[in-house]
Amino acid sequence: MTYDEILTKYEPVIGLETHVELGTRTKMFCGCKTDFGAEPNTQVCPVCLALPGALPVANRAGIEATIRIGLALNCDIAEWCRMARKNYFYPDMPKNFQTSQYDEPLCTDGYVDVTVNGTEYRIGIERVHLEEDTGKTLHVGGATGRIHGATESLVDYNRAGIPLVEIVTKPVPGLGALAPEIAKAYVAELRDIVRSLGVSDVRMEQGSMRCDVNTSLNLPGEEWGTRTETKNVNSLRSVERAVRSEIIRQAAILDDGGKIFQETRHFQETTGDTRPGRSKETATDYRYFPEPDLVPIAPDPAWVASLRESLPEKPSVKRARLREDWGISEVDMQSVTNAGAVELIEETIAAGASPAGARKWWMGELARRANELDVDLAEVGATPAQVAALQKLVDAGKLNDKLARQVLEGVVAGEGDPADVMAARGLEVVNDTGALTKAVDDAIAANPEIAAKIRDGKVAAAGALVGAVMKTTRGQADAKAVRELLLERLGVS
Amino acid sequence: MSDLTRLSAASLSKMISSRELSAVEVTTAHLDRIAAVEDRVHAFLHVDAEGALDAARRVDAGEITGPLAGVPIAVKDVVTTKGVPTTAASKILEGWKPPYDATIVERLKQAGMPILGKTNMDEFAMGSSTEYSAYGATNNPWDLGRIPGGSGGGSAAAIAAYEAPLAIGTDTGGSIRQPGAVTGTVGAKPTYGGTSRYGLIAFSSSLDTPGPCGRTVEDTALLHAVMAGHDPRDSTSINQPVPDVVAAARLGKNGDLSGVKLGVVKEFAGDGSEPGVLNSFKESLEALVKLGAEIVEVSCPHFEYALPAYYLIAPSEASSNLARFDGVRYGLRTGDDGSRSLEEVMSLTREAGFGPEVKRRIILGTYALSSGYYDAYYGQAQKVRTLITRDFQSAFEQVDVLVSPTTPFVAFPFGSRTSDPYQMYLADLFTIPTNLYGGPAISVPCGLSEGLPVGFQIMAPTMADDRMYRVAAALESAVGSFTPPEL
Ligand SMILES: [Zn+2]
Repeated sequence: MTYDEILTKYEPVIGLETHVELGTRTKMFCGCKTDFGAEPNTQVCPVCLALPGALPVANRAGIEATIRIGLALNCDIAEWCRMARKNYFYPDMPKNFQTSQYDEPLCTDGYVDVTVNGTEYRIGIERVHLEEDTGKTLHVGGATGRIHGATESLVDYNRAGIPLVEIVTKPVPGLGALAPEIAKAYVAELRDIVRSLGVSDVRMEQGSMRCDVNTSLNLPGEEWGTRTETKNVNSLRSVERAVRSEIIRQAAILDDGGKIFQETRHFQETTGDTRPGRSKETATDYRYFPEPDLVPIAPDPAWVASLRESLPEKPSVKRARLREDWGISEVDMQSVTNAGAVELIEETIAAGASPAGARKWWMGELARRANELDVDLAEVGATPAQVAALQKLVDAGKLNDKLARQVLEGVVAGEGDPADVMAARGLEVVNDTGALTKAVDDAIAANPEIAAKIRDGKVAAAGALVGAVMKTTRGQADAKAVRELLLERLGVS
Repeated sequence: MSDLTRLSAASLSKMISSRELSAVEVTTAHLDRIAAVEDRVHAFLHVDAEGALDAARRVDAGEITGPLAGVPIAVKDVVTTKGVPTTAASKILEGWKPPYDATIVERLKQAGMPILGKTNMDEFAMGSSTEYSAYGATNNPWDLGRIPGGSGGGSAAAIAAYEAPLAIGTDTGGSIRQPGAVTGTVGAKPTYGGTSRYGLIAFSSSLDTPGPCGRTVEDTALLHAVMAGHDPRDSTSINQPVPDVVAAARLGKNGDLSGVKLGVVKEFAGDGSEPGVLNSFKESLEALVKLGAEIVEVSCPHFEYALPAYYLIAPSEASSNLARFDGVRYGLRTGDDGSRSLEEVMSLTREAGFGPEVKRRIILGTYALSSGYYDAYYGQAQKVRTLITRDFQSAFEQVDVLVSPTTPFVAFPFGSRTSDPYQMYLADLFTIPTNLYGGPAISVPCGLSEGLPVGFQIMAPTMADDRMYRVAAALESAVGSFTPPEL
């Protein structure tokens, strides 16, 4: 069966559980720093190492960020709730329980609207809760870095205790063949919402946003099928592929008269399919109970109200507004969004550039550069203010397009602001009329036949002489000005 | 000579601050006493003579002054002391030296109190006799063949044997008060949250309360005042001024209890207690009436469910609190020979490292929290806890404090209750309700039964710790103190 045939027979139900690592300065229950990429076990203390006697103290910033996410996802905020202990043994979890939330999540019952192919879909949010991250285990000596064949396992606890927010959707039926695309659109929207709040850098490739995808199939009119949970879905594209491949896999089994088992599967980035995780003979009993070391969370309603009032504009609303302001198509706006360039372009415009100019640099030269360096656009090395300054130099005729690109290269290389780079590299457009007139006259003198043709009215021939002038001025002249001057000198204009 | 060790902390403090005695002299006297009697008492798991003398020298140099500066102290081994071994009397932490001080230890150090060492206890504070210490039991100075109570038997015995004038204990179900009762010493469990738990190796987080142990009520109050107070590192710590327990103890000493209403818990009367214990209790009540107190019988109908509720809540929390002892980061590691899986090494470590009572409670707690049983056990126990709290609250509408014997029986011989855990658990019958409620309670010696000390318990409303000190000091002034036979 083809994918489309499957979807005429079966109805998929999807659900998504997304973990967002909060960008708080310190960990959730201790004062340790959360800097990414620090030397292993340098951001640890008695609390996050679970030394005997150490106690947690909740980080207010983590609670605030969770409430803001909940509010942005249209959730109700609990007036009173508790953290809970999720008990299981694992070496990268120092206490052998995770401080999380169980039946009293901080935020419940919200929704996110996403638009796919011009139609809006509402994805229900079941809950948003706060928990802590685990450490990282590194297996040494094995061929692949996996535990199998490893001679040693090393644990880095720097990540242990960093606040995580888990966002769980309600099951979403009725999406049909669009389920994979809508799943992707939901995660993208969620990413944009969380990013707009400034509470996380939400980078799927760095693991600060991680997704688990639940999928089941049922025949029309029948009960929902058994769902599988696919983990290791680490990019937007993978979200779509994981749902699609799980639909295809389950349909094949069901068509063969087989049964779907409730299991955890892992998405394979290389092949695009899902593989079973380590099978657990018995379901883990996490023995949840309220965390007695922490006092209940009872957010002051006035505080919640002020957080609600200070929420930023919704990304979807903002995108529509900006698209209109910038005068670009939906497709172009989509690529700006996907490139993570919305805010950068916005700030560049605020710094004085035209929308077209701002978009041109960020989506062109700088996007290419970011791609080459494999970094986010925001980290490419140029600031919105610099890009705006560059565009102003172009608008003032001090730089032409080619020179501007060279200046930008210097800016990205850390040589300073555009004006500094232009001066240091001697890249300014030649607009000294005397020098330019001489160059034009020289070109006319050196090419009498072409000059004669132009005088006879064959203006198209002017290109050759403009090229010659540009060559002698090493590209630092403005081609348009050269052309005008040339025609003037030849008495054609 | 050795008489220095017989002095109260209050007297020692005065004599040190007036330079009549040096802190080094006082500390040395106690270290000498420890050296002389430890082979019979075994109150300490670790003696830190150098650390204690260093602290004493700083006091003598005038670097630290204060109410208890220079008065030495023993600390229960469940409380972390930087660089000094802390084992919770378990094999699983043998040799572990914490990289940090518990908040209460920091406060002792800031107060200039030399820490003599770490005292013996039941492993992870689970027990009522110290027989569950992985390093051998402590002997009761009143009768070396009998238990000193538990879990803090080492702290109580150290004081009773004049090895230290003061000690730190921790009370989860009676672990300060019951050892105090059976060794003829004073032990107070402050209001939960009144003393910081940061650095106390957790047994049951919602019940654990560090507190002071001393030979007199005033000494105990002086230590209480040094230990107590808000700690931002413990979320459950109460951010309110500490009741003035020292003033209350001094007020009580004058022996006037006019207008004070004492509630006798009807449900604690009679059955379960030894006749000698009941006798001493009744005589004490009469003595208190003579001081002007009024006796009112109150009913706390849910107290009879306190013991079962406690033995669900405490083990449940313990099963989770003790999960961190897995051999990965610190302490014992067993079976890591390269051939075994991580799970096997964790499991072998815990098998070898935990003693029988700890294992019993981990299994009990794991069961009580498991899905399908949670509501019937842990959930139900929490409801009982709420009802017991209401019993206390309505009782305190009628009376100022509640009184009872501290424990139903005097110090029992070693081995007489280890074969039946329930018989051991009964030792805490009268002390457990307070822990479930969270209020303060104190045990003060009130008499002898067949030559062994009996404890009188006074329970007060939360954050009214001063009330119990006043009554305790009054009782002490009426009945006097009790001195064990020479060792
Ligand atoms: Zn930390």
